[in-house]
Amino acid sequence: MKKLVMAVAGMAVLFAGAAQAQAPNFDDPAEFAKQKAQLTGAFNGPADSPWLQYAGDAMADTAKFKKDGPWTICFSNAGVNNPWRVVGYTDMTEEVKNHPEIGTFTHVDAEGSDDKQIADIDDLLAGGTCSALIVSPNSTAALTPAVEKACASGLPVIVFDRGVTTDCPVTFVHPVGGYGFGIQAGEHVIANTSAGANVLMLRILPGVDVLETRASGARNMFKEAGLNILGEEFTDGDNAKTKSIVEDYLQRGTIDAVWMDAGATAVAAVEAFEDAGVPVPVVTGEDQQDYLQKWKALGFKGIAPTYPTYQWRTAIIAAVNTLKGEAVPGPEWVLPQPAITQDVLDQYINEKMPPLHYAMCGCEGMPGYPEAWGGTK
Amino acid sequence: MTEQTLSTPGSARRRLLQINPVYVLLVALLVAIVLLNPAFMEPQGYMNYLKRAAALAILSGGALYVIVAGGFDLSVGAMMTLTVIGSSMLASNDPNSTYWIIPLMLGIGALVGLINGLVVSYLRVPSLIATLGMMITLTGVAFVWSGGAPRGYLPDTFRFFGRFNITGVPLVNIFPVAIICLVVFGLILWWGMHRTNLGRMIHAIGDNQRAARLAGVPVERVRITAFIVSSMSAVVAGVILGGRAGVSVDIGSGYELQAITAAVLGGAQLLGGRGSVPAAMAGALALEAIFTLLNLLGLPQPVRQVVQGLILIGAVALAMYRRKRTGR
Amino acid sequence: MTDTTLPAPRRSGFRFDRYASGFLLLASIVLYVGLVVVSGQTKYLSVDNLVSILGRSITLGITAIGQTFAILVASIDLSVASLISASAVVTSVVMNGEPSMMLPAILAVLALGAVVGLINGLVISKLEVNPLIATLGMSLIIQGVLSAFYNNFAGKVPVEFQIFAYGSVGIVPYSLIFMFVLAGLAWFVLRFTRFGSDIYSVGGNKDAARNAGIKTSGVIIGAHVVCSLCAAIAGLYLASRLRSGAPWIGAEGVYDLESIAVVVIGGTILAGGRGGIWGTMAGVIIFSLIDSIFNVIGMDAFVKQVVRGIIIVAAVAFYAVRSKRPVS
Repeated sequence: MKKLVMAVAGMAVLFAGAAQAQAPNFDDPAEFAKQKAQLTGAFNGPADSPWLQYAGDAMADTAKFKKDGPWTICFSNAGVNNPWRVVGYTDMTEEVKNHPEIGTFTHVDAEGSDDKQIADIDDLLAGGTCSALIVSPNSTAALTPAVEKACASGLPVIVFDRGVTTDCPVTFVHPVGGYGFGIQAGEHVIANTSAGANVLMLRILPGVDVLETRASGARNMFKEAGLNILGEEFTDGDNAKTKSIVEDYLQRGTIDAVWMDAGATAVAAVEAFEDAGVPVPVVTGEDQQDYLQKWKALGFKGIAPTYPTYQWRTAIIAAVNTLKGEAVPGPEWVLPQPAITQDVLDQYINEKMPPLHYAMCGCEGMPGYPEAWGGTK
Repeated sequence: MTEQTLSTPGSARRRLLQINPVYVLLVALLVAIVLLNPAFMEPQGYMNYLKRAAALAILSGGALYVIVAGGFDLSVGAMMTLTVIGSSMLASNDPNSTYWIIPLMLGIGALVGLINGLVVSYLRVPSLIATLGMMITLTGVAFVWSGGAPRGYLPDTFRFFGRFNITGVPLVNIFPVAIICLVVFGLILWWGMHRTNLGRMIHAIGDNQRAARLAGVPVERVRITAFIVSSMSAVVAGVILGGRAGVSVDIGSGYELQAITAAVLGGAQLLGGRGSVPAAMAGALALEAIFTLLNLLGLPQPVRQVVQGLILIGAVALAMYRRKRTGR
Repeated sequence: MTDTTLPAPRRSGFRFDRYASGFLLLASIVLYVGLVVVSGQTKYLSVDNLVSILGRSITLGITAIGQTFAILVASIDLSVASLISASAVVTSVVMNGEPSMMLPAILAVLALGAVVGLINGLVISKLEVNPLIATLGMSLIIQGVLSAFYNNFAGKVPVEFQIFAYGSVGIVPYSLIFMFVLAGLAWFVLRFTRFGSDIYSVGGNKDAARNAGIKTSGVIIGAHVVCSLCAAIAGLYLASRLRSGAPWIGAEGVYDLESIAVVVIGGTILAGGRGGIWGTMAGVIIFSLIDSIFNVIGMDAFVKQVVRGIIIVAAVAFYAVRSKRPVS
């Protein structure tokens, strides 16, 4: 046992050497300011179809990719390993049905592994049947070489959700971003508490870019507003663990607000207050049906920032427009990222949809709605 | 490995030495928690803790059956997930559905255990691989059934077992239903393992399969029964955990290793022949107490992992040392 | 598994289990070609695609070569996934984009692998901790220490080092050649060296090996060092392929359970003492083929999990069913 402890200590020293300098920057004031402006800024395109809207005027020329149908559109997916991705993927497959020019839609699923996704993209290129390639990268840096390889083969490539560090794709589709999410939730907490209030920050896991920026955005605002951050805890997206954490904090003192970087476990946090017989304070969430319904039923001060799943539709639309040779917003296609607030809450609630259906799906008008998303009419 | 489970007569001091260290560990951890957080002494404090630990404790008691029989069951976590997802799919918000869903889920659990047992006994696949395959398959079934995301809620009647507190109880004021479940199923599992012929036969095949067979033990039937008990207690644990936490697609993941850890902390011998249900359940309570304690100390997640790893290795190393010294 | 009297291996006649992995490999190739032809996607029948299939699972392949050593000696290693993450992170942090730091980084990673393997081996052989628990604990410790310092991709590997994963002779990647060379080396060690034959003796019957004068502890430690070194090399490769290392890349690839599964599918038995490297390589290629088949026929993401679970069990049952050993 002694050896073990010593070896662990040795390893620790080994790691500690170059530890700090490497950390990627998740606290970028310029990006924070940019996203804050985009949240309230104007978007081009039809206001009733946010998945077609875009910020800025830059367009990418796609004339060289013009091709006659029917096309084979290939999609390398990081995974369908959480409900957000399930809703998004359904959006995508339904959008494919809107385009008769798409002959085949090939979906390969990397099950959340970078290694596998690189191999999947290799497979797709080796098969040689794709007219266009859509990539939802599992992680940014790791997938960059594979995307570069795909670009080099002459295919039009569309990237969405998490980006890559190359500008060779036709466009990168994404909503405003993580800081924006953090800002929306943070502002709501600050507006509904007073200085010195106790805020518990609940996060899923460390290290994911879009989640780190949500937390850093909110954290800075809380400090500035003089709120007392009780702690930042990681829940692993696990309801039981979320409930335990909130119970433990409740036992030790009062909580005036719970800030969350994602909404899947928001209801578990609310239930911890219910079960302890304590009034539910400000609890931020996301656009999941179960949270929206709980918020309405209990009437606490909620807000649902979103990371809209309609971007999965946009990826298909971008690919289709590219193959038609029409210009698409690029090199970035920034989509609007609205938050659901008390005054519009009712229009997003639909009790016929599954508990973890993401209301900001932009899918209500699609032919397959609501059955394809697991709902009932 | 021919040890007998007869209690040897000895002095009081010797008896004291024979106390399973897991109980000492548990008491020490609880004392540490109370010192750090006196609020734990309030009913709300320790009742919350027991409520939280109930699912894992029942699961560990069930998993012990397979461990004592000389195998592993890695499919229990996935079975819990399937229970929660399947129940939410079937319930469709009807409070009365609970009364047929839980028996149905227990039936599915028994079927899964039966398949595990048959594959291990007759296809002769090592249980580690057989139940690993079952784990992957069941997770997949839960995903296919639900389409990847929960499709329904669990009605309050279902969540009653894991979530509801009986209030107004004298002395303690609140009393969670989950603790009643813990006691009831704990007693059943204890009785089955330590007071029946089945329990003796499970010990026998885990200790020495050939000898057990020669002694007339129906090895296959006993092993299959052990797997069935394990899967069915996973269903019970799933009902309680789902009740406590609500629906999510990965609710049971990781529980298989925690159950084995708990059993090992309780002194169970991997590859069979030795183990006690109360000690395994105490192991589960100790594990939960470790997590609570580390939370209280405000230690970050990585440190918790390291501590868990060290305790795991340390507990087994200590057990092996004691066993060697006492000459078994 | 407590029996020490094993039936003598059949010396004469057709050694089925020796060729079983070959049959499975052949079957999956036939299935793949059949499906490609039936679905009219004959573009997939190219040398390019063959290389792409073989190159799918280099990380898994390198890890599985090491895991074969651990399993042959009747042990098992669950810490490989965490070690892969740790090695990849050390690689990219130490290199930090500097070509001149390549050699120090490689040495540091190999040293890390050797130390982890040594500790695993010592805990298992000297403290007599069950290998499953010992390496599970080690995995938690490595993961905890790693994530205490890093929570994202850290550092980067220089372009020169990316050649390991992305460079090729003609269309054959260096990494593929490297994996087969490593497999050849492992085969040589197992087949022609004293250490190799000791591994089979200790894995087959530890007590008999000890009586025959083999230092069993040394052999177990050696096997674990080899296993951890291979995982460390897999981490080097993965860092080169992903251009950086992050604390979760080993876990997200499930290299621990997958490496055990391919070793067992390749005909090495979990109880130790029988099997070999080429079976493992067949197992790796079978896994790659299964993945490619899923991609070619566009199988639903959730259904494929169910199918994969069943395949693992069925493949192992394919020859385990003929075994005369007592099951566990």
